[in-house]
Amino acid sequence: MSMKYITPAETFKKYLPKDYVELVDYGPFGKSQEEAGPGNMGQFKELLEEHPMCSGCWMAYFIRVIFAALPNPEETVTLGTAGCGRLAISQAAVPFIYGNYGDQNAMASGLTRAFRLRFPEKHKDVITIAGDGGTMDIGFSMTMHSWIRGEKFTTIMLDNEVYGNTGGQESGMSPQGAVLKMAPEGKKFGKMPATDLAKAAGCVYIVRLSPTNIKKAAQIIRRAIFVAREVGPTFIHAYTSCNIEYSIPTEEVFKDAKEKEKGRFSFDEYMTDAAREVIERVEAEEKAARKARKEAMKAGAM
Amino acid sequence: MSPNTRPKLEKRLVDAKYLLQEAPREKHFITGAQAMAEAVKRASVDMAIAYPITPQSEVMHLVGDIYAQGHIKEYYRAEEELGTMSAIAGASRAGVRLFTATSGPGLLRGLEAIAAWPGHRVPAVLGVLTRVVNAPLSIQPDNVEMAYLMHCGAVMLHAENQQDTFDMTLAAFAIAEKVDVYIPVAVATEGFFVTHAKGYVDMTAEDLALEEFDPVAAPVPAMDNETPPARIQRDAPVQKSNFMSYLIHAVWQQEIWDSNSRAMKYIYEYLGGPIEVVNPDADVFVIASGCAAAQGREAQRYAEEEGLSVGLIKVRAIRPFPTKEICDATKNAKAIIVPEHNAIGWLCKEVKAAIPNGGIVTEGPRVFGGMTLPVELIMVEIYDALGIEHNIKL
Ligand SMILES: Cc1ncc(C[n+]2csc(CCOP(=O)(O)OP(=O)(O)O)c2C)c(N)n1
Ligand code: SF4
Repeated sequence: MSMKYITPAETFKKYLPKDYVELVDYGPFGKSQEEAGPGNMGQFKELLEEHPMCSGCWMAYFIRVIFAALPNPEETVTLGTAGCGRLAISQAAVPFIYGNYGDQNAMASGLTRAFRLRFPEKHKDVITIAGDGGTMDIGFSMTMHSWIRGEKFTTIMLDNEVYGNTGGQESGMSPQGAVLKMAPEGKKFGKMPATDLAKAAGCVYIVRLSPTNIKKAAQIIRRAIFVAREVGPTFIHAYTSCNIEYSIPTEEVFKDAKEKEKGRFSFDEYMTDAAREVIERVEAEEKAARKARKEAMKAGAM
Repeated sequence: MSPNTRPKLEKRLVDAKYLLQEAPREKHFITGAQAMAEAVKRASVDMAIAYPITPQSEVMHLVGDIYAQGHIKEYYRAEEELGTMSAIAGASRAGVRLFTATSGPGLLRGLEAIAAWPGHRVPAVLGVLTRVVNAPLSIQPDNVEMAYLMHCGAVMLHAENQQDTFDMTLAAFAIAEKVDVYIPVAVATEGFFVTHAKGYVDMTAEDLALEEFDPVAAPVPAMDNETPPARIQRDAPVQKSNFMSYLIHAVWQQEIWDSNSRAMKYIYEYLGGPIEVVNPDADVFVIASGCAAAQGREAQRYAEEEGLSVGLIKVRAIRPFPTKEICDATKNAKAIIVPEHNAIGWLCKEVKAAIPNGGIVTEGPRVFGGMTLPVELIMVEIYDALGIEHNIKL
């Protein structure tokens, strides 16, 4: 079904909200990354256009990148939790599940298994997108155990190093010394080693990044999704600054992300051999398809 | 094992009405845990998620065994109860039939997720095998945990014995999945007293099972990207701080409790109604649920042998609560006695709130922390209510 389920009947089109019809006609459903990927963001109808997050929020930007990068949005379900991110994620044109704070990876475990029961021949992409508090503090046990069990879905942690949504409290991912609410004398211990934990728990593809390069970020998101389909749990740990709680002026947000990239968010990509095989295969297929499309276009032009 | 290599069993699929009321039955002598698992075996469950806690564990061990035999398609041990209950909520969005069970502290640990099930429109079945929850901690039977569950929105049935456990568990799937209900159904019974004790259970044949789950027959379609219309979230919208959000929450929760009320007609259809009345013309009624109803039944029998005007009202459905039925059944009652297996007397409070003359209700007798409920305790209250001298020494 998938594409069919989003495509309105022709006669019904004129009664539907314009933004919906445009999304189906011009959005990324059923399109390739060159046609409607993050490289063209702002030029095509996006899955997520408007959001109520703070202006200049780097997390909101990265969430838009996630949606633009989805390899198959018409077969994707996202799960989120309490925290700033849900405010935007829930407004994207992809089904979104919102449970209790921190339970996203437990819910995704049930959902992924049930999808595989009902649709053994199909890939239904399941992605959890949650803050650092949701992923590493309150949801820690459920995050870790989903990885230890080898659940086949993608976990994306939006790490703003603080509890943004509840007004700036210390989180397990805040850096040592940071003076935050509930850490009036500065945080007494360092950031939790999220990517090391993911590795120890059996994630097969793990990336830490500060998403300053939009194409690279999109490629990583896609890799994580492709690998989760076939091999096992994948994890993306992304720096998504909170310009409010860390008082980063909007015009400095990108500079800050660049700086973090040189420090504690230095790029780190880990993959198992099985994950590498999938990535190489899929990317070769994509390259071939791109080439074929180009040639077809050339032939058509002649 | 991958889903496609699992053993496939030949079964005849039938509707709930036939399975519960018409299909031939055979008598077995089994424990309450077995009775619950046997019902699950006949319910065409897609997925069950387990986490151990005494006295529930036996149920999910047996469910694990029937998974291995091929009666269930997917089964795993979760990390703990919040993980279990959350995974049930997640799996339910994919449109499958689900079962899990827990006890006392496990129920409370999972309650944050369970309280959200009705709002998420999760038509799962939850076994509650009751046990002490408060300090000093103990694994003994005590059903105070049911008081916490009563305000979550779920339908709640309370089984007196092994037979009830079988029938109610099977009926629970049918009730939960009605399009005008579509909320979880909890089937509670006392740990140990029922779960670990044997009783006679009339059961349907093993190769007869409930029709498969239909993910389309739902007030909110499965979130499987297969069911149009798209972009209309199956779930309630994420709440924001504005009046529309408050309104949506209010309307949504009203609908949950209306759904809960609408379950009543199916409780009549499949289980013969939310209450059972013995000796309807009596002056004094023992009103009880679960195991306490079994003891109340004995007390009623003793009293009848002594020629006393005593009746029994067994309460099968705790949610929706049979307010009207209890009012009608007690309209000429002079005294009501509510024996319970918990300290707070949640059933007593419900009964008092339901009837216009709460003053006729005796608070108790109550036992808790694992104590048994001797029939003599109830008899004392009966004699007192009737103003009869007695020499029962407790
Ligand atoms: C059980 C529970 N405990 C606490 C909260 C309150 N709460 C909501 S969001 C949040 C913090 C969110 O921080 P994080 O997960 O890092 O996401 P961010 O808002 O920073 O993106 C907290 C503590 C809750 N909703 N539920
Ligand atoms: S509080 Fe911080 S993370 Fe949350 S929306 Fe605002 S800038 Fe973004």
